[in-house]
Amino acid sequence: MSPYRARKEGMTNIVKTISKFVVPPIILFGIYMVLHGHLTPGGGFPGGVIMASGFILLILSFGKEVTLKKLKVSTASILESTGALIFLCLAILGIPAGGWFFVNFLSKGYPLKIISAGIIPLANIGIGIKVMGGVFAVFFTLVVFRISAKR
Amino acid sequence: MIFFLSFVIFLIGLYCVVIKKNLLKIVMGIVIMEYAVNFFLVSLGYRKDGVAPIVTEGVKEAKFVDPLPQAMVLTAIVISIATLAFIVAMCIRIYQRYHTFDVTEIRKLKG
Amino acid sequence: MNIIPLFIGIPLGAAFVLVLLGKAKEVVSDVLINVVTLLLAIFSLVLIVFLKDNGVFVYTMGRWFPPKGINLVVDGLSLLMLVVINWIAFFVTLYSVSYMKRFTAKARFYSLFCLMIAGMNGVVLTGDFFNLFVFLEIASIASYALVAFGVEAEELEAAFKYMVMSSIASVLVLFSIGLLYGLTGSLNMADIGSIIQGKKNLLLSFSLVLFLAGFGLKAAIIPFHAWLPDAHPSAPAPISAMLSGVLIKALGIYTITRIFFNVYGMTIQLTWVFMILGIISMVGGGILALQQKDFKRLLAYSSISQIGYIMLGLGCGNYWGMLGALFHLFNHATFKALLFLNSGAVEYSTGTRKLEEMGGLSKVMPVTGATSTIGSLSISGIPPFNGFWSKLFIIIGLVQAGRFTLAILTVLVSVLTLAYYLKVQRFAFFGTLKKKWTEVKEVPSIMCVSMIILAVICIGAGIFFYPLMKVILEPAVVVLQEGTKYSSLILGG
Repeated sequence: MSPYRARKEGMTNIVKTISKFVVPPIILFGIYMVLHGHLTPGGGFPGGVIMASGFILLILSFGKEVTLKKLKVSTASILESTGALIFLCLAILGIPAGGWFFVNFLSKGYPLKIISAGIIPLANIGIGIKVMGGVFAVFFTLVVFRISAKR
Repeated sequence: MIFFLSFVIFLIGLYCVVIKKNLLKIVMGIVIMEYAVNFFLVSLGYRKDGVAPIVTEGVKEAKFVDPLPQAMVLTAIVISIATLAFIVAMCIRIYQRYHTFDVTEIRKLKG
Repeated sequence: MNIIPLFIGIPLGAAFVLVLLGKAKEVVSDVLINVVTLLLAIFSLVLIVFLKDNGVFVYTMGRWFPPKGINLVVDGLSLLMLVVINWIAFFVTLYSVSYMKRFTAKARFYSLFCLMIAGMNGVVLTGDFFNLFVFLEIASIASYALVAFGVEAEELEAAFKYMVMSSIASVLVLFSIGLLYGLTGSLNMADIGSIIQGKKNLLLSFSLVLFLAGFGLKAAIIPFHAWLPDAHPSAPAPISAMLSGVLIKALGIYTITRIFFNVYGMTIQLTWVFMILGIISMVGGGILALQQKDFKRLLAYSSISQIGYIMLGLGCGNYWGMLGALFHLFNHATFKALLFLNSGAVEYSTGTRKLEEMGGLSKVMPVTGATSTIGSLSISGIPPFNGFWSKLFIIIGLVQAGRFTLAILTVLVSVLTLAYYLKVQRFAFFGTLKKKWTEVKEVPSIMCVSMIILAVICIGAGIFFYPLMKVILEPAVVVLQEGTKYSSLILGG
């Protein structure tokens, strides 16, 4: 039996088994939604929230310590700031490349292909990373508060 | 008619904020009000016999509903997530200090 | 001209960089934030030089022209607000280098502060309604967290009250923006201004009322003021200075002015509304401030009273009233920030905010006492300080508009202001020195530098008010006087 199954924390065996299988496809679906933001509905915000909800499912079913091994809160905080800085750098790079702030300066390409529409996919990636880090950090901090307020 | 419904939901949220005494119910009132405004914004974009504004292969000259309110509502939802996270964290901290969720007992500042 | 979006871009970048640098030494984050605010302050002065001959500059972001794209508009009113916001921010960050030493998470404080400045600059610069809403929310959420920064019981309660009321205000503003979009089909301020000219529609009046309620709550005008006396004293002193001196003006008064004068167009009934709100705030804030025993709470009620002056001046409708109101906006930012920084210095040295426990502090804290006297005399309207000129212009405007009773009430409230500030001075700084305060020392020199520079600005703006008027204030009044010609300036030019 795997050591995670035997612990007392988290939920029952059924939930732990199923969430072991389901969490990687959830994160993959979040990445798909972020990357195809300019073709299908979605984009940075919903894709980031779906990626974060994969990790939240890990907290709910396995408990705090197991999830911290996969993604520490300090890493989430660094991811959040990095995502915002990627977005801001893309916006400021519009000034030397196009003359105005936030200009779409990469080539627009053919419509409905995945590499098209200039800087929009890169901006979506930045927003997706930021939202994932942010939502996960917020949820984790609230969970930790709950544990210390009970005492 | 649908705008009138969203206004009624807004008033229900306002009632919750004004009348209820539990901190978390006041927060729920704010969430209901934000939901009513988002609903109002999205329903502004409806056009008769319109389809969803997504460009796919081979679809040209279709009548789309207005996509601009949908973009506005996406941003407004994210803003309300941030506000909700702050308010709930504040409620937890208040419980740590005052040991109650009742608004009538949290009155240290007067005058 | 590319420095205009940098007003929003630089503080936003600095906020996220400061979070990444959180583990470095304390000196790094101190130096970084002071460099950032100094840079922004210098940029705002550079913009004054650029715009002296042009008048209005429209910056189209991403090369999308209005009404399809979002544009940033710099005209006289925006320039006045930019100068006020960025310079007061610089002095406050100088002050908070040593004041915030007793809080542990200083890098987070600076990061939230940068976000608040980015939000306020965005509100002042933008020309699009939904962009205004987004920046309004950025600045508001950053200020909620800053009010609750030291997590004591009272601060949390004050922050919760502020948060609930301010969220309701933002929801009202969003509802009104939705109504305007439904009626006109566009989100650009100039475009909406040109479409709704001369139309009379019930829903249009309803959206006007919602805007007044929402932004009036952010500006703490009297029916909507209930959060201010709890939130401003509980915040740490540099944040109280920013909130009371800058935030309620940038988020409240600027937006009301922009929307009512440039988009909807002022009519006689609207000027009556402004005047009634102004007189109620002025008198109510003044009377409630007389009976306060807490230093910062008295200053908070006095803020409500002075915002009433500004609304009264704006409602006059003639040149002198509007000039007086905008000059009072500039003045109130300087002397209210100075007074709140003084109260912070007193709290830093003695640890108390109650007026009855203090006494004779100007013997042991000479710099704080002197600057506090200068600030109190300025706000009461004693010549030759700057408060005298702005109140005089508002009274001249009222007399020219024919409202003699309101002018007499203004003079009486000015005397009332002098009364309660003299009470503060007598209790806190003059009088006999109590025994437990003989060991108290003056505050560290960085805090003194900020206070001295603000006091010098108070005196300087009083003596040299004529060049100040011509360079900064006159273009702002011209913008307000043009009113709805704003839309043809933006779309045509």
